[in-house]
Order: sequence, then structure tokens, then C-alpha cells
Amino acid sequence: MKVTFRIPGPLLSFTGGRHVVEAEATPEGAVLTVADALGQLWRLYPGLRERVLTEQGQVRPHVNVFVGSDSIRDTGGLTTPVADRAEIAIIPAVSGGAL
Amino acid sequence: MVDVRHVSPKAGDTLVMVGTMKGAFVFRSSAARSRWERGGPYFPGQAVYAMAYDGRAGRRRLWAGSENFHFGPAVRSSDDFGKTWSKEEEGAIRFPEDTGATMKRVWQIAPGRAEEPEVLYAGVEPAALFESRDGGKKWSLVRGLWDHPHRPQWQPGGGGMCLHTVLLDPARRNRIHVAVSTAGVYRTDDGGRSWRTAHKGVRAQFLPDKYPEFGQCVHKIARHPSRPDRIYLQNHWGLYRTDDAGDSWTDVANGVPSDFGFGMAVHPHDPDTAYIVPLESDEFRCTPEGRLRVYRTRDAGKSWQPMTRGLPQKDALETVLRDALATDGHEKAGVYFGTRSGKLFASRDSGTSWTQVANGLPPVVCVKTALVAKGRGKT
Repeated sequence: MKVTFRIPGPLLSFTGGRHVVEAEATPEGAVLTVADALGQLWRLYPGLRERVLTEQGQVRPHVNVFVGSDSIRDTGGLTTPVADRAEIAIIPAVSGGAL
Repeated sequence: MVDVRHVSPKAGDTLVMVGTMKGAFVFRSSAARSRWERGGPYFPGQAVYAMAYDGRAGRRRLWAGSENFHFGPAVRSSDDFGKTWSKEEEGAIRFPEDTGATMKRVWQIAPGRAEEPEVLYAGVEPAALFESRDGGKKWSLVRGLWDHPHRPQWQPGGGGMCLHTVLLDPARRNRIHVAVSTAGVYRTDDGGRSWRTAHKGVRAQFLPDKYPEFGQCVHKIARHPSRPDRIYLQNHWGLYRTDDAGDSWTDVANGVPSDFGFGMAVHPHDPDTAYIVPLESDEFRCTPEGRLRVYRTRDAGKSWQPMTRGLPQKDALETVLRDALATDGHEKAGVYFGTRSGKLFASRDSGTSWTQVANGLPPVVCVKTALVAKGRGKT
């Protein structure tokens, strides 16, 4: 299944400057999930994982992940199902920044 | 675009590394310390609470703990005084899965003793000590402290639940002191396997039991290497000295306008001389009477004198945070501090007179110094 990732400016150093990354993702189980799709992104750019997730595998508190226009916080987190040709956006929350 | 400058230090130069809420800076001067050049900001927009210089084994390596508000912390090193830095994913400090903990901030990076040049320590939030035995490539949690029965009951202070100071005993290889807010001083005598409190006599003004087993809010501890059993301590209320490595502490708040404060440093060649910047109350947390005064003792705390020459003595409501006061290793000691309002001050006569080195920096959270030796690496 094909997935498109949108990468935010502060993480472009990990993707060689690519704002948009397309990847072929394979579901671990019956359905492709956000975790499966992100797993493919980490395989392409290993340093990214630790910026988006904590070492315990949770999405960092001030990072939002959207599938289409829905935040995965409202749709089941990393287990949210992802359809073929879905667009997954990683976006820093507006909750902070340099104070 | 952020205007990033670089410095190119030579052997014999003095470095002052300044971590701020929005990046790291490196100031360079000759040994005379009369003119300063600025490098940075490095990691613009990221808080840098920890910096260190590792000059062991011919290195000339800067360390910085960077913290992207959204995308998390990282430990970075540079072998060319900041022109290039290691990648975020290299040398990451991670809590093991079984702890369930998540690294929030690196508060302290402490190179190990000279005779163990591959060893480094890091104090982090949530309060824990990490150790590297390969020059910072891999880090492991010091389990002895993490598993201490007190740890689940430690409470965060205003700055967070942080292990902010690591002091290695230069005489006893297996002895380390750490300071944790809000928990107190803990000491190991067996290289980190077991830890016990070392803050007997330090008063917890803010608790019903004024002398609890733990829960002291130690803001900073500082020691002189030539007299390792003597340590000075700035508490959340209270100024102390121990001469027995923390077994007992004596109140030395003699003649200071307030015994509240954060920063503390010891003279590089005189264990009787120490520096603090008292702040007015734990609510206001600014320099008393609008006067920016460094207080210096030359008799191990029996008396403290205000150092004011060159420092603003009117309308100066400043705050100096816990890691933002430091001395250098020169014979005529340099003393440095940064303020929350982004000023950096320097003294090259052991604190007697001061000049302002920088103004308009982001809020300063750490100040560290180094004397640059002849290096073997690239510069």
C-alpha cells in the first residue's frame, strides 16, 4: 500500500530536505496502521523515529500526527487504520516552541 | 535566517560556553580575557541546559544537551568548537524500556576523571544518572540510583524533577555526589552500585519536617578538587558547607542579604573561596534591592562580601540560575555568570571587578568554562 508522509521543516535534515516522502508500507496485521506506516518511514530515515516518538514508543506530547485531516489522538493513536494512498502529516503542535 | 558565527580558538585560549533557552553560544578570548568573540547560536530555538568541555586524551570537544520543544532532547558533540556537531541520533541517552521513563532534558554533562578519559556522566530529567564508558557513544542508566527506594517519592521542584549536578571525587575513584531537585544530595562510595543520602543538617524550610530523610531542594553543590571532602551547597533557602563529604553540613549564611539562590562556584585554586548570587525570596527570585551582587567568601563561609564593581547597582532585577555561575582555571581566576535577562558578566580578578561580555542573549541557563590545550584532533 502506498502512503505519503509530510515532513515538517525542523525534521528536514533527516530526510535530505524532502518535505514529501512516498513509501510502500506493509501491514503487520490484517489492517495497515499508522504504526506500520511510520515503521516504513523509520526504515527510510532511522533518525526520525526518536524525534517523533519517545524511547517508549509513544508520540511525543507536542507532536501531532494526522491521517488526512484527522489527528490520531482522536482516532486511536498509532493503531489508527490507514487506507491505501493516505497522507500522513507530522506537525509540531502549537502548544510550545522556544519560550 | 539565523546569523550563526563561529570562533577558532587557539591553544591557551579561554572558552566560556553559554547555554540559553534558545541555543548555545561559545565565547573565546586569549588568556588575558580582555576581549571576547562570540560563536553561535548553535541549535537556535532549542534550550541548552547542559554544556561541557572534554579536554582529556588530546580532545578539544564541546558537549551540549540540546532540547527541541517538540521533537525532544539530544546530546551533541563538536570537535571543531561548534562549526559542526554530531547528529541527534548519535550518542542518544535513552531510558530502558522496563523503566517506562522518557528522557525530557539533559541537565548536566560531566566528563569523567582524567585517568578514565572515555568515561562521561550525564544528569537528566526525570532525575537519573547515566554513564558512558566509550566517550559518549553509548550511555547506560546507573541502576543503583534509579532503583533507590527513595526515588519513587522524589518530587519535582520548580525546574522539574532533575538530577542537575554531578561531582566526581578526584581522590576516591568510586565516590560520586549527585544533587537532585527535590530530593537532596546522594553519594555513592562504590562506583554507583549503592547510594545514600548526604545532606544531614540541610534544612527543608518548605516542609513540615525541617530535617527530613530526603526532600531537600538542593539547587547547587560545588567542590574544590584539592580538598574533595569540602563541598558548598546552595539550598532552596539555606547556604551550607560540609568538610566531611556530606556526612554533616554547617549553615554558612553569614552576612548575605538572602540565603536563597541558585548558582554557586568555587575558586579554582583556593578551597576557602566560593561565589554565590543571592536572590530575594523564593517567590520573587530576583537580586535584592535591584542590585546585582556576587557574594564572595574567602574564609569558607564564615563571612561573605558583596562584589559590585562593574555590576549594575540600580534597577537590576536579575536572576542567575543554578548552572549559570562558573570559574575558570587561570591562576588569576576568572569568574563568569549569565542572567535570565540574557547578560553575561566576567571577572578576571577572582570576582573583585566585572565587565559585561554580552547583552541581549536569550535567557541564560548554563555557563561553563575551559582552557584550550594543544589538541591532537582537527580544529
